[in-house]
Amino acid sequence: MLNSKIPEGPLENKWSSYQTKSQLINPANKKKLNVIVVGSGLAGAGAAATLAELGYDVTCFCYQDSARRAHSVAAQGGINAAKNYQHDGDSVWRMFHDTLKGGDFRSREANVYRLAELSAPLIDHYVQQGVPFAREYGGVLANRSFGGVQVQRTFYARGQTGQQLLLAAYSQLYKMKRAQKVAMFPRHEMLDLVVIDGKAKGIIARDLITGQLKRFAADSVVLATGGYSRVFRLSTLAIGCNGSAIWKAHKRGAYFAAPSFTQVHPTALPQTSEAQSKLTLMSESLRNDGRIWVPKKKDDDRRANAIPEEERDYYLERRYPSFGNLAPRDIASRAAKERIDAGYGVGPFKNAVYLDFKHAVERFGIQTIQDRYGNLFKMYKKITGVDAYQEPMQISPAAHFSMGGLWVDYELMTTIPGLYAIGECNFSDHGANRLGANSLLQASIDGYFVLPNTINNYLADELKEDHPTTDHPEFDKAQKEVEQQITKLLTVRGDKTVDHFHRELGKVMWQECAMSRNKEGLGNAISKIKEIRDAFWNEVNVTGGQQEMNTELEKALRLADFLELGLLMCTDAFQREESCGAHFREEYQTDEGEAMRNDKTHAYVSAWAYDNGNFQLHKEPLVFENVQPTVRSYK
Amino acid sequence: MKIVFKIWRQVNSKSQGGFETYEVDGLTEDMSFLEALDYLNERLVQRNEKVIAYEYDCREGICGQCGVFINGRAHGPHDNITTCQLHMRSFKDGETVVVEPWRAAAFPVIKDLVVDRSAFDRIIEQGGYISARTGTAAEANAILVGKEVVDRAMDAAACIGCGACVATCKNASAALFTAAKINHLNSLPQGKPEASNRVLEMTRQMELEGFGSCTFTGACEVECPEEIPMINIAEMNARRVKAKWLGK
Ligand SMILES: Cc1cc2nc3c(=O)[nH]c(=O)nc-3n(C[C@H](O)[C@H](O)[C@H](O)COP(=O)(O)OP(=O)(O)OC[C@H]3O[C@@H](n4cnc5c(N)ncnc54)[C@H](O)[C@@H]3O)c2cc1C
Ligand code: FES
Repeated sequence: MLNSKIPEGPLENKWSSYQTKSQLINPANKKKLNVIVVGSGLAGAGAAATLAELGYDVTCFCYQDSARRAHSVAAQGGINAAKNYQHDGDSVWRMFHDTLKGGDFRSREANVYRLAELSAPLIDHYVQQGVPFAREYGGVLANRSFGGVQVQRTFYARGQTGQQLLLAAYSQLYKMKRAQKVAMFPRHEMLDLVVIDGKAKGIIARDLITGQLKRFAADSVVLATGGYSRVFRLSTLAIGCNGSAIWKAHKRGAYFAAPSFTQVHPTALPQTSEAQSKLTLMSESLRNDGRIWVPKKKDDDRRANAIPEEERDYYLERRYPSFGNLAPRDIASRAAKERIDAGYGVGPFKNAVYLDFKHAVERFGIQTIQDRYGNLFKMYKKITGVDAYQEPMQISPAAHFSMGGLWVDYELMTTIPGLYAIGECNFSDHGANRLGANSLLQASIDGYFVLPNTINNYLADELKEDHPTTDHPEFDKAQKEVEQQITKLLTVRGDKTVDHFHRELGKVMWQECAMSRNKEGLGNAISKIKEIRDAFWNEVNVTGGQQEMNTELEKALRLADFLELGLLMCTDAFQREESCGAHFREEYQTDEGEAMRNDKTHAYVSAWAYDNGNFQLHKEPLVFENVQPTVRSYK
Repeated sequence: MKIVFKIWRQVNSKSQGGFETYEVDGLTEDMSFLEALDYLNERLVQRNEKVIAYEYDCREGICGQCGVFINGRAHGPHDNITTCQLHMRSFKDGETVVVEPWRAAAFPVIKDLVVDRSAFDRIIEQGGYISARTGTAAEANAILVGKEVVDRAMDAAACIGCGACVATCKNASAALFTAAKINHLNSLPQGKPEASNRVLEMTRQMELEGFGSCTFTGACEVECPEEIPMINIAEMNARRVKAKWLGK
C-alpha cells in the first residue's frame, strides 16, 4: 500500500529519468500556485528561495525572530560531497555505499544514490552564493574527514559551516522577499495542518507576538521543521526545536517513519547540573585529530595529564583498529556508554570520557590545531573554563539527530497528497544512523534540488482544481481544535511547571529509548510516559494568556506533542526486534557486543499511521538491488 | 547562591515598562545565566505570576537570538560572549544584577526583554546576497580564492546578528553589523559584480531604519561575540566612497 514511487531503470539513471518524465508547469501558471513552506533552515530557506525563483508564490514561516536563526546555524563540522578533490578514490558510488552502510541498510538505495549524485553540484551552488569555505593556499577548496568514511570529502567553513550555509540560504530567501515572491512570517508557529478532501491545503499558525491564531491556505504545504530530539529535553538542539508541525501532520494522516531512530552524538559536553537546559556539541571533526580515552583503572582520580600513556585505554582504537577515533557515531557513543557504565567515566559526575589533543599538538604544532579548531577550543573554554590545548576535553554522548520523521516517497511527498516533508523532519536518506556531515547535505539537497523538481508533478494537476480559501469549514474545524487545546492548557492551573514534566519525559526517554534499549524497559517507558502525559494535563500550570507573547504557553504546546511523540518512539523501538545502527536492542547483539541486524525479518521501514490515539504499523520493504547488505564492521 | 535580579518588565510595545526586583535563592555557579532566568520563571509560575519574556534558541552562542543588557553591558560582564554563554560563576553570591532589553530606537521593545530586530533583516534584504539562481553554478574550483582572502571574508561573515553592537553603541549605530555583511561578500570574487550596489543600498537602508551614525568609539568590537574588528567599518566606508564617486 505504501508506494515509494522509485523510478524504473538503473540506479545511476533514476533521477534523470524521473525528471524527464515529470510534469512541467509553464511560468505564467506557476505564479497562480501558492506554496507554504514551514521552516527556514537549510531545507526550508533553500526550498522557499528556489520555488520563488521558479515563479511560485511562496509563504514561509519560522518560529524564531529571523529566518537566519534556524538551528541549521549550529552545525559546526561540515558538509559532504563526492568531489574527489583529494584524489583519494572518492566517487558518487563510494559515497552512496558509505551512506547506505553507515545507515546500516535501513534506507532506500534510490534516495541515497540521489543524495550522493547531487552532492557535488551543491558545493558549486554554495560557492556561487559566497560561502567562505576553507581553502588551500593555492586557492582551491580544502577538505577533511568525518566519522564512518576513509576518504576526505567534507567541506567546511571553520567550525561554523552550518552558520555559513544558512546565511547563504537566508540571504537568497531575502533576495526573493525583496523580489516580492516570498512572504516571510517569522515568529509564527505552525500548530495544525488543514486537510481538505484528503489533500494538504493550509495551516493554522500562532503569531508569537500577539498570540493570534491565523489561517493560511495554499495549493501545497512543505514541512521543513527540523529535528525533534528535544523530546529528550537534554540534547544538542535549540530550545525551541519541536515536533509539533510533523506531529500534527501525523495526526491528520501522514505516516511517521522509524520514529525511534535517534542519533546520539559521542562528543557533546557532559551534563553538570539538574537545571541544565541543553548540551553543547563539540564537533565531530575534532575526532580527526583528537584521541578518545579513559583511564584503565576504575575511579581513577588523578588529573588527566598525570595519567601515564600506558595507563590510558584508547578504547575506540582498541576495539575498532581500522577506523579508530573516526568510528561512526552510534558505535562511538555506545562504546563511551559501555566504558562509563562500567565505572571508567571521568569528571565530577563520572559521566564523561577524554578527548585529547596532546599528540596532535605535538605532531602538527599548536598553530595548525588552532587553524583547524580554534573557535571550538574557544567555545570549550568559555563554557568550562578549561584550556583544551593544555588538558584533554571531557565529552559525553548526547541526543542529537532524528533519522526518523515523516515517511516520504521518492518525491519527498508524505502519505497526505500535497504535503511534503524535507530536511531533518523526514525519514529519507540516513537509515538507522546518519553519517557526520551528511545532514546539512540532505537538508540542502532536499530544499534546493529535489523538491523544486518534484512538486511540479503534483501542482500541475492542482492547477485544474479550485484554489482553497481560508473560509472552508476544515479551517474552522482545525482552528477550533487548536483553540480548545490552548484553552485547556491555560485552565488546568495545577501546581507544576512545564519544565518539570519535560524533565520527567526526558529522563524516561534517555534511560529507555536512547543508546541502548530492551523490551522490558520500553514496555515500562510506555506506561510511564502515559502517566506523565496524564499528570501533565491535570497538574500543569501555564500562566499568562493566549492573546499575548507567552513563552510558557509555547513550551506547553510543544511538550504536549512531545509527550505523544515519545510514546510512538518507544512503540517503534519496542516493535523492532533487531539491532541496527543507532537502534541497539540489548537482546540482539553479538558476543562482542556489536549490533545484530536481522535482514530476513526486518529489512523494512516502519511507517506508523495514527488512529485515535493508537498507532498502526505499516511496512515499506527495502529491496537492495545494487548493494548486498553486509555486516556493518568498522573493526 | 543568591542573586537579586532587577529585571525590566514591559507588557507590550505600547506600554510603559519598569524594573521589578526578584530575590532568587538556590542558584548554582554552574548554571548559565539563562538557566538562572529559567529557574526564576519556574518560581514565578509556582506563584501564579506571568513569566519574564527573554530570547534564546541555540544556547550555544551561534544563533544570535539571545541578548540582554546585564549590569550596564551588552551580554554581561565579559568581552566577546553571548548572553547564553555567560555563567553564574561570573557573579558574586548576593550580588544585585540589573537586566534590561537592548535599547535602540531601531529595536523597539516587544515585551520585557524581547526586542524587534527585524531592521537587520531589512538591511540584508537590500543586497546582502549574491544574485544567482539555483542551478546556474559553475564548478566550484573554477573560482580560485586565496586562503588569506577567504579567511578575511570568513572573519566578517561570522557575524551572528545579535545586535550587541547596536545596543552598546552610544549612537545605536548598526555600522559593524552592516559592514560585516558587505565586507564578507564584497571581498570575494563572487560578490564583485554587485559590490557597488550592495554597499550603497545596504548602507542606505541602515540609515532609513533609524540607526545612528558611527563615531568610532570602538565599543562595538568589545561586545561582539565573534570579535569582528572595527576596521571593518572603515573598510565599508572606503567601499562606500568608492562606489559613490567612482561607481565601483
Ligand atoms: C549542534 C549541531 C551540530 C550539527 N552539525 C552538523 C554538521 O557538522 N554537519 C551536518 O551535516 N549536520 C550537522 N547537524 C545536523 C544538521 O544541522 C541538521 O540536521 C540540519 O541543519 C537540519 O536542517 P533543517 O532545515 O531540516 O532544519 P532546521 O535548520 O532545524 O530548521 C527548522 C526550521 O523550522 C522552523 N520550525 C520548526 N518548527 C516550527 C513550527 N512548529 N512552526 C513554524 N516553524 C517551525 C524553525 O523556525 C526553523 O526555521 C548538526 C546538528 C546540530 C544540532
Ligand atoms: S541563544 Fe543562540 S546565541 Fe545565545
